[in-house]
Amino acid sequence: MGNTSSMLTQYDIEEVQEHCNHTFSQQEIVSLYQRFCQLDRNGCGFISADEFMSVPEFAVNPLSQRLLRMLDGLNFKEFVAFLSAFSSRASLQQKMEFIFTVYDSDGNGKVTFNEMLDILRDLTGQFISEQQREKVLTQVLEEAGYAKDSLLVQADFIKILGNSGLKMEVEVPVD
Amino acid sequence: MSKLNTSSSELDLDRPNIEDYLPSGSIQEPRGKLRLRDLLDISPTLTEAAGAIVDDSFTRCFKSNPPEPWNWNVYLFPLWCLGVVVRYGFLFPLRVLVLTIGWIIFLSCYFPVHTLLKGNDKLRKKLERGLVELICSFFVASWTGVIKYHGPQPSMRPRQVFVANHTSMIDFIVLEQMTAFAVIMQKHPGWVGLLQSTILESLGCIWFNRSESKDRGIVARKLREHVEGADNNPLLIFPEGTCVNNHYTVMFKKGAFELGCTVCPIAIKYNKIFVDAFWNSRKQSFTTHLLQLMTSWAVVCDVWYLEPQNLKPGETPIEFAERVRDIISVRAGLKKVPWDGYLKYSRPSPKHRERKQQRFAESVLRRLEEK
Repeated sequence: MGNTSSMLTQYDIEEVQEHCNHTFSQQEIVSLYQRFCQLDRNGCGFISADEFMSVPEFAVNPLSQRLLRMLDGLNFKEFVAFLSAFSSRASLQQKMEFIFTVYDSDGNGKVTFNEMLDILRDLTGQFISEQQREKVLTQVLEEAGYAKDSLLVQADFIKILGNSGLKMEVEVPVD
Repeated sequence: MSKLNTSSSELDLDRPNIEDYLPSGSIQEPRGKLRLRDLLDISPTLTEAAGAIVDDSFTRCFKSNPPEPWNWNVYLFPLWCLGVVVRYGFLFPLRVLVLTIGWIIFLSCYFPVHTLLKGNDKLRKKLERGLVELICSFFVASWTGVIKYHGPQPSMRPRQVFVANHTSMIDFIVLEQMTAFAVIMQKHPGWVGLLQSTILESLGCIWFNRSESKDRGIVARKLREHVEGADNNPLLIFPEGTCVNNHYTVMFKKGAFELGCTVCPIAIKYNKIFVDAFWNSRKQSFTTHLLQLMTSWAVVCDVWYLEPQNLKPGETPIEFAERVRDIISVRAGLKKVPWDGYLKYSRPSPKHRERKQQRFAESVLRRLEEK
């Protein structure tokens, strides 16, 4: 699966499928590879931030910068693993775990008040003042039984987001 | 790729509301008191981002779709090889010959006419127009162009412009063969630029520079001046501003639609069975593109001259542009996408992201109040 070849061998496909825990079918992996090669215009084996931002639909997304940090330097195998949370075959647990990793920017397994505030800031921009944001977050945290300085772990996220019919699915176009 | 900068606010005015086009059906307006899970559940936004990563309508517009290779079995492969021999060994030299003869005739007639008839403007212009149509016919012959024109031919009237969808620079040649239009185009380097500054200049063509934002005011003025003049050649504009792959249309720039004159739409559709006429300027130079056309079997396309349109009372130029784009897209069987073609060269305005942020912020504040 070198940088320059644009053909995947059966062995490559199976390796990628293994890595993403069979959340994508082999056909979908081939489609994703075509897409990966299409985005990776200079053919260096990973998609640069610039190349992601050249997709206007991605560039206008409020969380694009945060996702770029997670997507930076991923090769194709890792790229598919990243997208696996969005497959229809992914479990609800996997989806909630993915959301947790988006929040947990320092990757220490704990989400702080500031990390939650960062995401809220990305989503609301200049349309809510910083003070108001803090107030809102503190209020909903307390109503849910968490103190302002609580550290949320993955289990907390699963408890909070669970039973809510989380919809996080993307269809991979297959010719 | 060089550093991209966000598009200036001027380009924003060109676009109708993208929000009307983008899929947002999954994001319903949530109800009820704001809870922690509502703030932590970023799945709709993440889904949109992932959706854009996996497939997006903008990149699709500029994808060259090569036809499936059909020559891979024992019977067809020799046939294909024979085809290659005929195309490269026989057709190509013949076409080069035809084109060379055409250029010799054109140049030997054009320069005398241009210099000797300096005084007699009307006759000179008429002859120059005829000669340009001639050289374009030679070009078309050099690709074995089979072009079917539908609808009434454009007439020379003042206060009208022609707009067409854009697939390649050969669109200009295909249309120029029938009518000597004056066109507005990007100034190119190399031999194309030379042709532009000499021959096309005499037709009354207007040049612009995409990267110059101040350029737009100058160009708008030149357009208006050209359209006012009764003697000027009919003006042809490609409002998409860039080449698209002939399956989609990107948004039309409103410049052509606010000149206060009649707009005559022209739709062009190439038949891909013979050759894919899309000029992917990121992948190949114009010379390579022409060579590719000259070594294919034929360039087959349909050109429809459609009913002239006027600005309807109460219609803004942007709405007018969209209406004409609709007419052209329907006629040529193209899908419409809500993107500005110039996004190939720059980033979308932060305004779109801000609109999303605003919507979410308002929803949060509203629900905070609810009991």
